[in-house]
Amino acid sequence: MKSIVCVKRVPDTEAKIVIQGTGIEKSGFDYVLNPYDEYAIEQAVQVKEKEGGEVTVLSIGPKDTATQIRKALSVGVDKAVLLTSDINGLDSSATAEMLTNELKDMEFDIIFFGKQAVDGDNGSVGVQVAQKLGLPVVAKIVEFELNGKTATVTREIEGAKEVVEVTLPAVFTAEKGLNEPRYPKLPDIMKAKKKPLEQKEVAAVESKTTVVKMEYPPSRPAGRIVGKGVEAVSELVKLLKEEAKVV
Amino acid sequence: MADILIYAEQMDGKFRRAAFEAVNKGKEIATALGGRAIALVVGSGIVDIAKTLGAYGADKVLTVDNPVLKDFTVSGHGKAVAEVAKKINPAVVMCAATATGKDLAPAVAALLNAGVAGDCTGVEVQDGKVSVVRPVFAGKTYESVQFKTDIAVISIRPNVFQVGSVEQSKEAPVEDAGVTVEAGDVKESVKEVVATSSGMVELTEADVIVSGGRGMKGSENFAIIEELAVTLNAAVGASRSAVDEGWRPHSDQVGQTGKTVSPQLYIACGISGAIQHLAGMRTSKCIVAVNKDPEAPIFQIADYGIVGDLFEIVPAMNEEIKKII
Ligand SMILES: Cc1cc2nc3c(=O)[nH]c(=O)nc-3n(C[C@H](O)[C@H](O)[C@H](O)COP(=O)(O)OP(=O)(O)OC[C@H]3O[C@@H](n4cnc5c(N)ncnc54)[C@H](O)[C@@H]3O)c2cc1C
Ligand SMILES: Nc1ncnc2c1ncn2[C@@H]1O[C@H](COP(=O)(O)O)[C@@H](O)[C@H]1O
Repeated sequence: MKSIVCVKRVPDTEAKIVIQGTGIEKSGFDYVLNPYDEYAIEQAVQVKEKEGGEVTVLSIGPKDTATQIRKALSVGVDKAVLLTSDINGLDSSATAEMLTNELKDMEFDIIFFGKQAVDGDNGSVGVQVAQKLGLPVVAKIVEFELNGKTATVTREIEGAKEVVEVTLPAVFTAEKGLNEPRYPKLPDIMKAKKKPLEQKEVAAVESKTTVVKMEYPPSRPAGRIVGKGVEAVSELVKLLKEEAKVV
Repeated sequence: MADILIYAEQMDGKFRRAAFEAVNKGKEIATALGGRAIALVVGSGIVDIAKTLGAYGADKVLTVDNPVLKDFTVSGHGKAVAEVAKKINPAVVMCAATATGKDLAPAVAALLNAGVAGDCTGVEVQDGKVSVVRPVFAGKTYESVQFKTDIAVISIRPNVFQVGSVEQSKEAPVEDAGVTVEAGDVKESVKEVVATSSGMVELTEADVIVSGGRGMKGSENFAIIEELAVTLNAAVGASRSAVDEGWRPHSDQVGQTGKTVSPQLYIACGISGAIQHLAGMRTSKCIVAVNKDPEAPIFQIADYGIVGDLFEIVPAMNEEIKKII
């Protein structure tokens, strides 16, 4: 079973985001593997451990993305392809197109994505790639089971879970809860340094959207501490009813 | 044409409230562009419910009624919507950013070669052009996006836009969209749909949410949260810590790696207010925090806070609220 996992590096979730023009300042924080991509990687590695085969990671990003890719290589991924490109201003359509161009020439049974990259919060690239490749796709899966060429997965919707079956090759995007990503062990971190990481430069594709403005969220009016302990409860409920009018 | 095509999400013949929000917002955009709000219902046996969308502002409703489209699948519903869009050439294709809408929008965009923006909290029309506002970096900043393509595909965050004034008696003309989707087009097959909300209100659609964090100290203690939730007809949420402890299911998690919610009232109990938690609930209209630590960051974003022991305060709130509703 050959799996490809598409991963992106994103600012650490603790990062302080500072606006610069229509984008953000690119320094002052650490980059990490997109958290959802970690679930995608873990699933692909579990498939390999059960069925044999290999796991390849594919990413578009600046050269330094190699740091995050090494992390993926230390938790069971076999090899990686990094398409170096300036991803500033790339929208989800352009990213999907660039990934598709590469995936067309790769061998795979399954492509895993994260549900969403926590920088642009689009949740869009995986589904778009599936359409461009004409493959079945189930997004935001929380369970995954393989039976020969048939994958049975669970997707959560408001108030229900859906069990969906697809025939491989297929695309899945990973939601939190799918599995527990493993931590790299020291020997694996050493081994990861020797695993193949192919880098090639690709030209950015034109985006179909433009960001024209970046702003901080509207500030919330200063709140107040109503009081301490149970004595404050009746005052709080009164405020909720009469001032905020929410109960 | 400056028509707006709105995918009105339904399940088992019932529209989601978010579908009404989308139709209402779609009508507003259509009016600003001088076009029509054309709602689209995709499913099986849905013709009867289609006309009711007139009450929410649809000028016309198109249907794609086909047994192979009974359940939502990306390929099936994606193709249906894209084919209809190709026929009527709207300025905007929109849907609610529900679990389903979030999957549908990128699929339709890819099939139409159109630009897409998801989970929008603002939609504006200026000089005949549509632009949207959407939170990025977990809501730490908001971006305004314009489209270079003739069609813009957008999904709008549930609970942010109003359903609007409803004219119950107003029915919209219903027409078969005249597109074919065949069994072979549907590449994913839904085997089973299992209800999970067990009568409780669903998190992303709830007007009121009561959430518990690590301060709850154990799953059994969530009973006091649930009791307050029942009184308020609220959904129950949780911080990631509470989920990771195994006290609540993943589907209850609010935050950057959980659900994004926008209720009228969000009550955070024993939640410190980590940046990743705030990411999921900062657009709530009114935030209440109960925490024993006066320095907890949740108080900086809360409209009202009580400092103290949640095991005393939450039951007292329940009793007090029961008195007034
Ligand atoms: C990549 C990443 C993604 C993440 N995603 C999310 C996410 O989606 N959602 C999320 O919530 N977190 C997320 N987190 C975790 C986040 O950083 C915090 O660790 C988490 O939100 C803390 O949960 P908590 O507030 O319940 O626990 P704590 O921070 O431990 O806070 C518990 C609070 O309860 C109070 N308390 C204790 N006892 C009582 C009592 N008897 N009465 C009243 N108050 C009491 C304490 O004063 C304290 O403020 C993420 C972290 C990372 C790194
Ligand atoms: N630059 C990129 N390189 C590789 N994969 C990406 C890239 N951007 C997004 N992805 C993948 O697409 C998923 C969804 O991203 P997005 O649609 O941007 O939220 C991510 O979790 C990754 O799996």
